[in-house]
Amino acid sequence: MTKLERQQGRSPVPAGWDYAPAPEAREIVTLGERYGIFVNGEFVQPRSGEWYSTISPASEEPLAEIAQAGAEDVAFAVGAARAAYENGWSALSGAERAKYLFRIARLLQERSREFAVLESLNGGKPIKESRDVDLPLAAAHFFYYAGWADKLEYAFPNRRPRPVGVAGQIIPWNFPLLMLAWKIAPALAAGNTVVLKPAETTPLTALLFCDLLRQAELPPGVVNIVTGDGRAGAALVKSAVDKIAFTGSTEVGKAIQRETAGTGKRLTLELGGKAANVIFDDCALDQAVEGIVNGIYFNQGHVCCAGSRLLVQESIYEQTISKLKRRLATLRVGEPLDKNTDVGAINSRQQLEKIQELVASGEQEGAEIFQPACRLPEKGYWFVPTVFTNVAQSYRIAQEEIFGPVLSVLTFRTPEEAVEKANNTPYGLSAGVWTEKGSRILWMAQRLRAGVIWANTFNRFDPASPFGGYKESGFGREGGRHGLAPYLNFE
Amino acid sequence: MAQAPALPAGFELPLEPRLPRIGSIDAVALEARAASLAQRSIKREAKVFALELAIRMMDLTTLEGADTPGKIAALASKAIRPDPSDPNIPSVAALCVYPNLVPHAVARLKGTGVKVASVATAFPSGQAPLDVKLREVQEVVAMGADEIDMVIDRGAFLSGRYARVYDEIAQVKHACGDAHLKVILEVAELGTYDNVRRASLLAIAGGADFIKTSTGKLSGAATLPVTLCMLEAIRDVHDESGRMIGMKPAGGIRQSKQAVQYLVQLYETLGADWLTPDLYRLGASSLLNDVLMQLRKEKTGRYQSPDYFTID
Repeated sequence: MTKLERQQGRSPVPAGWDYAPAPEAREIVTLGERYGIFVNGEFVQPRSGEWYSTISPASEEPLAEIAQAGAEDVAFAVGAARAAYENGWSALSGAERAKYLFRIARLLQERSREFAVLESLNGGKPIKESRDVDLPLAAAHFFYYAGWADKLEYAFPNRRPRPVGVAGQIIPWNFPLLMLAWKIAPALAAGNTVVLKPAETTPLTALLFCDLLRQAELPPGVVNIVTGDGRAGAALVKSAVDKIAFTGSTEVGKAIQRETAGTGKRLTLELGGKAANVIFDDCALDQAVEGIVNGIYFNQGHVCCAGSRLLVQESIYEQTISKLKRRLATLRVGEPLDKNTDVGAINSRQQLEKIQELVASGEQEGAEIFQPACRLPEKGYWFVPTVFTNVAQSYRIAQEEIFGPVLSVLTFRTPEEAVEKANNTPYGLSAGVWTEKGSRILWMAQRLRAGVIWANTFNRFDPASPFGGYKESGFGREGGRHGLAPYLNFE
Repeated sequence: MAQAPALPAGFELPLEPRLPRIGSIDAVALEARAASLAQRSIKREAKVFALELAIRMMDLTTLEGADTPGKIAALASKAIRPDPSDPNIPSVAALCVYPNLVPHAVARLKGTGVKVASVATAFPSGQAPLDVKLREVQEVVAMGADEIDMVIDRGAFLSGRYARVYDEIAQVKHACGDAHLKVILEVAELGTYDNVRRASLLAIAGGADFIKTSTGKLSGAATLPVTLCMLEAIRDVHDESGRMIGMKPAGGIRQSKQAVQYLVQLYETLGADWLTPDLYRLGASSLLNDVLMQLRKEKTGRYQSPDYFTID
């Protein structure tokens, strides 16, 4: 039957199908007007006397007043953590520590909807991601490390693992609660106490987590939360902690490494990335396209391991790009709390400006830009999912981390060339390989210099799997048995 | 190294217009995509739109040994006017019956716009000589069926005799004349998504107007992932040649919620052009009443007892 005949016989249908709004109820979250710093199991006013406002990036609506911790506040929190460490926590048996961690994990599951809504409200990520990814994974991390707490001797046989002491932890705004879980769970399992600083723009789930800690009856001072911008983080790095764990930009990571050099403080850094997602011509193409989309548009591309450089074998280039463009047009960008939203709001004005600046540079340098037609809300920070083709390896958009929903497409001809191009970056956090050939997956995995290599999938996480970088993507591993080591001293 | 996708033996066929590469399917990722599409939350007017569309796309089906002219008469009335209390509810697309009941269905449905579909080619096994199958098709068409639902020869397919499968489809298509041909792959017997894709392309090459998942006679009938796999094959054929092939998931679709999930998947995979009974059908025997119940709930705000919907 020809196309023409079909069209004549067709019944009338509307041009599209508009899904009605499907908002997740916001009422489950009760916010305070002001949050001080959380020290010794209670919220206290910051001695700095400074406050700032945290907003919803989707509407720019102010949500709460947050303390800007000063050096004195940080010192106070570190002192509380030190006291808790020395007065009981470090001497507690592993099984007792595990009890608290299991409790936290279960409470996170019980209150997951509340946390998910708040995460989307304060961070801008789609509710389906905070509900289906962030919260289940955060709880899974606590469950996983709860299991290790009384088995450290078996994790590291004959090495007499001992806690490090007080850990200072600084986390980013892209996965606020999940990064908190990545940091706090192994630290507590290993017998440390912590002072954690959430990101300036996304403190609310960490502050709600304080309420959960009280519910879990965690001894006061074991977990302390100080809020504020980079100044609070810098104060924490300078303070009398025994270890710093940082996740964030390479630039800040380098500054922290300079600061801690020679102080004896242990350090792990999980920094930026510019991951290559390598598509071979024998891959399952429709599924690979899903993987590309998940690799770069998941969480608005605010993912350090995002597959931001697409390397496509030239023989399937046209087909891949046409499938990708069509798929992009079906992405639903908008209100983070709508259950059908695929891509939410950019986390902050500052980040939006950074993305805009880099995208402009890509256009100037001669790359071809594609953005699907898409109506964005008037208020808030938004960026349309973007693909750059005709990208040269030398363009800034192929070199620098954009940390937004922007994909740069390059091509390759042979597996050797794919490896060469994939490794040709100062970063080395993750990589993806798409092929139906098992032997090629192993061949690639041996040669790619990246901490995580996904085969026929992307952005998949599990608490049992270690995560971390090569080169300027940092050092130290989080997750798995490896994730305990940075929080332990050995004989 | 770069290499052309391997063609299965016997696939060097007169595939005109050109078909897309056969490629392969990653089962884990396909199922993940289908599951994520099934999470769409469709409410209010968007849901009413989907439910009414589901009725217009429905192939109301009865394929029982116990089918009688009386049963067909009852179902035909239901097909024309599914909800006697609400004239705004549209008719279904077709009534799908066994060959012997085609004349009764034709008599009841003439001039109503509801099509008569008949299964044929030794349904459901397909294990009969080719000349017998072709005669069955010709007779059914002569009796007035508008649409033929044939089954492929899975025995031939699974033993690698693709040319034989293709040839049979092409001959059945010829025997159909003006009647539409739906080719049933019986996916539960094909074992892998790779096979489903291969069989889909084979059926389309052979002249199928529609490809259909299942006979409904096996426990593993239509699923969201297998339907997605077939929709992607249809999309690739359209990209290559401009041909628009229809899709019919059948078997196991009993609830409105499932019907909406299938339509979301269709809409987000092939776009609004395919949101028509000319290019999509839902094969179902017990789905209709659930859809009617949900529609009435959307209109009145209340669920009504099943006793307010006719059992036919």
